[in-house]
Amino acid sequence: MKSSMILVPALVLALAVSVGGCGKKETAGGDVIKIGSVAPLTGPQTHIGKDNENGARLAVDEINAKGLELGGRKVKLELLGEDDQAEPKTATIVAQKLVDAGVVAVIGHLNSGTTIPASKIYHDAGIPQISPSATAVAYTAQGYKTAYRVMANDAQQGKALGQFAVSKLAAKKIAIIDDRTAYGQGLADEFEKAARAAGGEIVAREFTNDRATDFSAILTSIKGKAPDLIFFGGMDPQGGPMAKQMKSLGLTARLLGGDGLQNVNFVKLAGSDAEGVVASSPGLPIDSMPGGPEFRKKFEAKYGVIQVYAPYAYDAVYALVDAMKRAGSAEPAKVLAELPKTDLQGVSGPVKFDDKGDTTGGAVTLYEVKGGAWQVLETVN
Amino acid sequence: MDIFTQQLVNGLVLGSIYALVALGYTMVYGILELINFAHGEVTMIGAMVALTVIGILVGVAPDLPGILVVLGGILVAIPACMLLAFGIEKIAYRPLRKAPRLAPLITAIGVSIILQNLAMLIWGRQYVSFPEILPTTRYEFLGAHVSLLQISIVVLAFTIMAGLWLLVERTRLGRAMRATAQSKEVAELMGVNVDRVISATFIIGAAIAAIAGVMVSAYYGLAHYYMGFMLGLKAFSAAVLGGIGNIAGAMLGGLLLGVIEALGAGYIGDITGGFLGSHYQDVFAFFVLIGVLVFRPSGLLGERVANRA
Repeated sequence: MKSSMILVPALVLALAVSVGGCGKKETAGGDVIKIGSVAPLTGPQTHIGKDNENGARLAVDEINAKGLELGGRKVKLELLGEDDQAEPKTATIVAQKLVDAGVVAVIGHLNSGTTIPASKIYHDAGIPQISPSATAVAYTAQGYKTAYRVMANDAQQGKALGQFAVSKLAAKKIAIIDDRTAYGQGLADEFEKAARAAGGEIVAREFTNDRATDFSAILTSIKGKAPDLIFFGGMDPQGGPMAKQMKSLGLTARLLGGDGLQNVNFVKLAGSDAEGVVASSPGLPIDSMPGGPEFRKKFEAKYGVIQVYAPYAYDAVYALVDAMKRAGSAEPAKVLAELPKTDLQGVSGPVKFDDKGDTTGGAVTLYEVKGGAWQVLETVN
Repeated sequence: MDIFTQQLVNGLVLGSIYALVALGYTMVYGILELINFAHGEVTMIGAMVALTVIGILVGVAPDLPGILVVLGGILVAIPACMLLAFGIEKIAYRPLRKAPRLAPLITAIGVSIILQNLAMLIWGRQYVSFPEILPTTRYEFLGAHVSLLQISIVVLAFTIMAGLWLLVERTRLGRAMRATAQSKEVAELMGVNVDRVISATFIIGAAIAAIAGVMVSAYYGLAHYYMGFMLGLKAFSAAVLGGIGNIAGAMLGGLLLGVIEALGAGYIGDITGGFLGSHYQDVFAFFVLIGVLVFRPSGLLGERVANRA
């Protein structure tokens, strides 16, 4: 009885506070400008997610330290970091949360799988979204005028891979395998187009799935067509055993893959059979970026080792603020009108968008496994 | 021709592994008429335990020959899986032996999910790689590449199958198993300790599964907490294809399924002119299964009921 008497006023108070909280909304273009940053901050991708947020935070802190003026008024940027757990479900929840908090733009998300569902919410709210690291073609193919990215997409990667296979690896007869996922199939299709255009002959197109471990049947069938290169659109859990089975079947063709293979786990799974495998990854290796070494110094002084995408998150913030400056305002509608005109020299390279919101200067770097580790072969634009 | 030989070799190796796992399904079904859906997970646990032991051995004694290290892994995995299967039977199936047949089937699925999640907690979500300690010697045989590992897998599988055949047909335990399969009540009246026979069936199946698990992870170079699911499903299909409850049927079904899969995936694209591709590999195997069941509902060797154990 007693406890409920205390509880009722407490509830009323809580309600009053929350209503008051709702009423006090920050207006866009006010003295404090809120920018959202979304990446997985819990779960297995935590380290990469925090890296993105730190990249964005470094840019925000620098801009604030220099002082930012929009339309003659001094403003301060505030970065709201959110955790989407790399889960599409959570991504839409935190996207709505940021919209409700009155952010004028969002840097994120990290994964394609979270970026795409969240992009609808930002589009409906009319606020710009710049993803540092989502590469699926579908993200900017939805026709949203709010969706941008600063990293090469899978189509650009597939194209670079196809040209590289024919011109540099001198592949004439090419076999293609994909894992029938949106990523693997998309990458393989783009690769096939580019390889054909460059004069390569596609002798086989085989398929597997993202749970399979046995590729001996399709590899044997491919072997009968004697290709000198096999392209695999898929991830490392399949690529690893595939490299092993190629060797044990006596296949001498080289294995080529996308960023799904270009990681440490692939080398672990394929063991010594990983030697000579070539795979690509969007972007430049950090020390080859125009502003890479300087960025590394600044970043490491504050947050420690760079994981992967931090320079892209950093560039995304600068591209956004650049558009704000030209618009003379942080109002989303005005910023959106200026974003397509972006022409900026970023840390990762030139930042320019095409009419879909994809980056035009997206570089792709090719790596080869040598001595049990990925070594840079070359970067193509 | 050399491609055809190679596909046969591929299928034979895959089929031997299916056959070993299928034996576990068919033995339990023969006696209890229970589909032990947790059997695929027992195989996975066998692979994981062996990999852990192998990892430790490689760390402690890097100079030990690879064969001995893998043998060490198998020797720990077998009792671990036996213990696990004994526990599963005692906890999840024995209390339900008099219950409607659907009840133990549901607990079997439950146990399977629990084991998967336990393995995920213990060994993580990542794929665990099998260290490269086995010799990678390869031979040319009628134009096909055959590795020493593949030969060992097939030889070991056939030895185990022959051993099991002898056990069921020639020993007292085997006779007790066959008696229990025909009628639990009558066997009990004849002085057979039915509980012990059933436990023995589970334990023998699990020991074979442990070896199959190590084979799979050595062959593909990896293990994963989810690997038991598809393997279990394929092996179960193999058992049904051969006639579930029939030991020879499980062996035949496993080998057939492996070969059908390899030939199907290898040739379906060329035969249909690219209309159906190799992504129909799994569909192809199950299609054959449906075809067999339509014309022989009890499986290929299913009618020889007297032989089931």
